[in-house]
Amino acid sequence: MLSFMAIVLFILVLPRFGFQYASYLMLTFFGYGVAVLGWNLLFGYTGLLSFGHALFFAVGAYTLAFLMNKFSIFHMEAILLITVIISGALAALVGAICIRYTRVYFGMLTLAFNMLFYSFLLKFYYITGGDEGMNVSRPYLLGIDFLGIPKMQFLTGTYYYYAWAVLVIATLIMYGIVSSPFGHCLKAIRDNPEKATYLGIDIKRYRWYAFIISGIYTAVGGVLVAPVVGLVDPSMAYWTHSGTFVFMALLGGFVNFLGPLLGAVLYIFLQDTIMSLLYYWRFVFGAMLAFIVIAAPGGITGFIGSLMNKEETGV
Amino acid sequence: MIPDILNILISGIFYASILFLVSAGLQLVFGVQKIFNLACGSFYALGAYTGVSFIVAAQSLGLPPILSLIPLLLAGFSLFFIGPIIERGLLKFIYGRDDHFQLLLTFAIVLMFEDVIKFVWGTSPQLITKVYQAYGQIDILGVTFPVYNLIVILSSLIFAGLIGYMLARTKFGRIIRATADNREVSEALGVNMKMVNVKVFTLGTVLGTLGGALVIPATAAITEMGVDLIVLAFAVVVIGGLGSMKGAFFGAMIVGVLRSISVATYPELELLIIYLIVIGVLVYKPEGIFGGTGT
Repeated sequence: MLSFMAIVLFILVLPRFGFQYASYLMLTFFGYGVAVLGWNLLFGYTGLLSFGHALFFAVGAYTLAFLMNKFSIFHMEAILLITVIISGALAALVGAICIRYTRVYFGMLTLAFNMLFYSFLLKFYYITGGDEGMNVSRPYLLGIDFLGIPKMQFLTGTYYYYAWAVLVIATLIMYGIVSSPFGHCLKAIRDNPEKATYLGIDIKRYRWYAFIISGIYTAVGGVLVAPVVGLVDPSMAYWTHSGTFVFMALLGGFVNFLGPLLGAVLYIFLQDTIMSLLYYWRFVFGAMLAFIVIAAPGGITGFIGSLMNKEETGV
Repeated sequence: MIPDILNILISGIFYASILFLVSAGLQLVFGVQKIFNLACGSFYALGAYTGVSFIVAAQSLGLPPILSLIPLLLAGFSLFFIGPIIERGLLKFIYGRDDHFQLLLTFAIVLMFEDVIKFVWGTSPQLITKVYQAYGQIDILGVTFPVYNLIVILSSLIFAGLIGYMLARTKFGRIIRATADNREVSEALGVNMKMVNVKVFTLGTVLGTLGGALVIPATAAITEMGVDLIVLAFAVVVIGGLGSMKGAFFGAMIVGVLRSISVATYPELELLIIYLIVIGVLVYKPEGIFGGTGT
């Protein structure tokens, strides 16, 4: 708990020390952190591997773009609320179909819905801007319009703290969810669905709830990232972007609650480094994912955990 | 009116032939190794791009366009070496594991292949000209059909027949059916699983690359073609039944013709229409038309 507080404080003061570029990267981490927490609720806690979460991320990002460009709604709080409602409804719909199946079928159905949305974003250009996407300007935070400040300063200043606050709140809420009886039911469903059913748990309904929460979280992540990037385009919904969430959670470790967050921050800095060195970074990440799956499926937190276990038992 | 419908049908069956080849590979690998190979789309894309390169090389060597089928078939078959590399190099480590990890591994392979293709061929679409037209058109009962479509449909039927014969009459086919049914008993009876795994996966790979190579005269090779295909291949195996060859055949027909109809009427709704049928099948007969065990 103490180390967690220390990390929170450290991230809070990062911009003050002038690490401008690192702070800019952290901005995307805040959004991706919320998004991958949502993804891992499904995988780590409910045992459902989704290959289609870029769908919700894009829904969040495009909702923000839509609200700002077509409806002139700039208040971040309103945008977040509307995103929660829209993504929740969409997740309820998509989830109702997907959670009836597990494993391959679940994964492939999520992928299919993801690509369906992607082709919608691409083809209906008169609504969505097609492959050019839509530009995104700055939202009002807490009702205040910050358009007077230069962009980088806004982003690494006010927006930084706002997004960080959203991530902390989202993390605390998620921790509450997974520690609650609901969360324990999810784990039971993950580990032994038949036994869970015999114990009286309605596994379909609980999986459905988990799917909805998961979709909402990832959409909120999309809302947070969109103003940082300044543009929403269909590539946010492309299947490889779904792979990003998978990779983040696997890298950090999907068993540990904070693992996916660790994976997200590592991925963002890694990607930035590797992309500047190599155009074919997807190959490197694919290879890393293959390595993790084969050799270290628990990710970094899993690896550290197994080391600590060895120390305790002295084996 | 009727000629239009027939043309839509034929181009639907043409695409279905391609889908069948790739889906057959998917079904074989799933039946024997119980792995849903997401990378089958990548093999398809690889076959397509390699097909383009082979045709370009053949044309520069002066090959008349009408013989283009030869370099295409060569392209498909020549990529067989990818199968053993992936199977022995990556897949063998995860055979016993939870199937989530198997899916994740094939997903990682898809990621890697996307960049491999970009590295070798770049990001702009690759297409070959002159080949499709070189085969010309044929007049049957007053309706004109592209000859190339008919050639591919015929080839696919031949391959389907060969696969069916292999499965039903040869020793290797019996082994495939046995291991798909019950792996442990088969091993206990002396089947060399290592060899079977490599051979089956290689066969699945070649079916994928062949499908990609054969489709190339009719369409351009683009970066997204791998994932576009796996989405459709999944529809095929859901409708037909996971693990079933007959399922791959009928599923491919349904998806291929549906796609053709949609492309001719409402192109934006192509995937939606297909997936509405998928959802329908999942609701009413989740195992698919020929679902259950066995090939």
